[in-house]
Amino acid sequence: MTTTAARTAAASYSYEDLPALMARMTGDEKHGPAATSTLDVLWVLYDRVLRVTPDGVRDPERDRFLLSKGHGPMAYYAVLAAKGFVPVEWLPGFGSYDSPLGHHPDRVLVPGVEIASGSLGHGLPIAVGTALGLRAQGFAEPAVWTLIGDAELDEGSNHEAIAFAGPAALDRLHTVVVDNSSASHARPGGIAARFEAAGWSAATVDGRDHEALYAAFAAPHPGKPRVVVARVEPKNG
Amino acid sequence: MDTMRDRFAPVVSRLLDEDPRVAVVLAEIGRDRFVEAERRHPDRVINVGIREQLLIGTGAGLALTGMRPVMHTFASFLVERPFEQVKLDLGHQDVGGVLVSAAASFDWPSGGFTHMAPGDVALLDTLDGWTVHVPGHPDEAETLLRHAVGAGDDRVYVRLSVQSNKDALAVDGERFLTVREGRGGVVVAVGPMLDAVLAATEGLDVTVLYATTVRPFDAGALRRAAGAADASDVVIVEPYLAGTSTAAANDALADLPHRVLGLGVGRRELRRYGQIEEHVAAHGLDPASLRDRISGFLGGRARG
Repeated sequence: MTTTAARTAAASYSYEDLPALMARMTGDEKHGPAATSTLDVLWVLYDRVLRVTPDGVRDPERDRFLLSKGHGPMAYYAVLAAKGFVPVEWLPGFGSYDSPLGHHPDRVLVPGVEIASGSLGHGLPIAVGTALGLRAQGFAEPAVWTLIGDAELDEGSNHEAIAFAGPAALDRLHTVVVDNSSASHARPGGIAARFEAAGWSAATVDGRDHEALYAAFAAPHPGKPRVVVARVEPKNG
Repeated sequence: MDTMRDRFAPVVSRLLDEDPRVAVVLAEIGRDRFVEAERRHPDRVINVGIREQLLIGTGAGLALTGMRPVMHTFASFLVERPFEQVKLDLGHQDVGGVLVSAAASFDWPSGGFTHMAPGDVALLDTLDGWTVHVPGHPDEAETLLRHAVGAGDDRVYVRLSVQSNKDALAVDGERFLTVREGRGGVVVAVGPMLDAVLAATEGLDVTVLYATTVRPFDAGALRRAAGAADASDVVIVEPYLAGTSTAAANDALADLPHRVLGLGVGRRELRRYGQIEEHVAAHGLDPASLRDRISGFLGGRARG
């Protein structure tokens, strides 16, 4: 199937179709909880927030979405398929030798995927550089988004990025922390407080509530990077 | 004489003026020398603080937007500490960038092993697609820095050292140079090792090749030199971990009966402070030690 045909088909996909799209992917059940925890965040971003289309994946003015939480990318692939970035026919091959869709995504293989991820703690630092690069080239409009997990937040590389981005006033940078309480040592004072202490604008919302997510994503945050902590049911709950 | 590191900021500052794609990412080290460039290009001279993982991640993000990042700090913090970022944020993302290190293997012996990185090139050798420049003189450093930044979207490592040869040669960012010709064997001197190698081989009937770009390895030059000798005996003298380029030399000579000896910095931690010269001698890289080891390996043929 060509991507053009995929796009035509995509017009009929809605949020309700995502479980069926995800069901086409098998073989990574270990990452199941990680996959479903991001589903609503990803849908709201791609459906209502991100300014990027399958035709514009190389447009310098596009918004960037960097999936740092590369584990369990079924929800990500389902949303990319629903929005026409990849053919739905790719989904059943998930994880197989000939498939471009791995258990961790690869930007070189999948249209619309901005970074290859899987190893924790890389997305936010790269997002910082992406925001700096866009600013240096005079692109004032594109927003840079990255999605990380609450346990992924443990990685020190994220803290380097958080500590730098606030004082650097990277107001085109956005982070969504999907918090399914999977960190073994919870952050004292909560996740949002960590970001706020570094000069970020922060909000904590129900990660299954699409209107609450959208409101948090769309809220203005002049002069500051923005974090939205999206709380979902605990990983093993 | 100034050092290679003294050339870094002036050269890259000029490149910032000339090419709007170029950006410099620093982690405090070397920042003082970019004050003026930062004033002229506040968005393209970026100091992330003492955050070396972010140093590489930031460079990768810049590259993803189409820029040409130059990332700089001491070799231990540039290659070793954020090695996974070098591997994934640059290599696996399939983007390029220029890593420029200072301090080399033991430029600051009294600083101890925390600031020594003799294994940096060997570590990069575990990755695909890196160009590695090891200049032996500040003028060569200037040339190779320009090559590195101008090399499209390639991944390039430039290893700057206070160790230096007396005179610069006309390096081109690709080829080994033939400095001396003989029939008793081939000695490859890498970067700052050239003067010591020339002194060590004085009067010996050997070919001396000078390598300042070691990756890709100039297999053709080594094959020609080895093929012209009476026997394909090769000694590689490197200013970093001994044996780093031995595999590359073996590959270059795969279809010739040959022997290769790799000399360089020893693997065992020396655990000494002191002066550079004392470390050079301790690793057997002074001219007298090199002469013994080279002539011992090449045997009677080298004596001509």
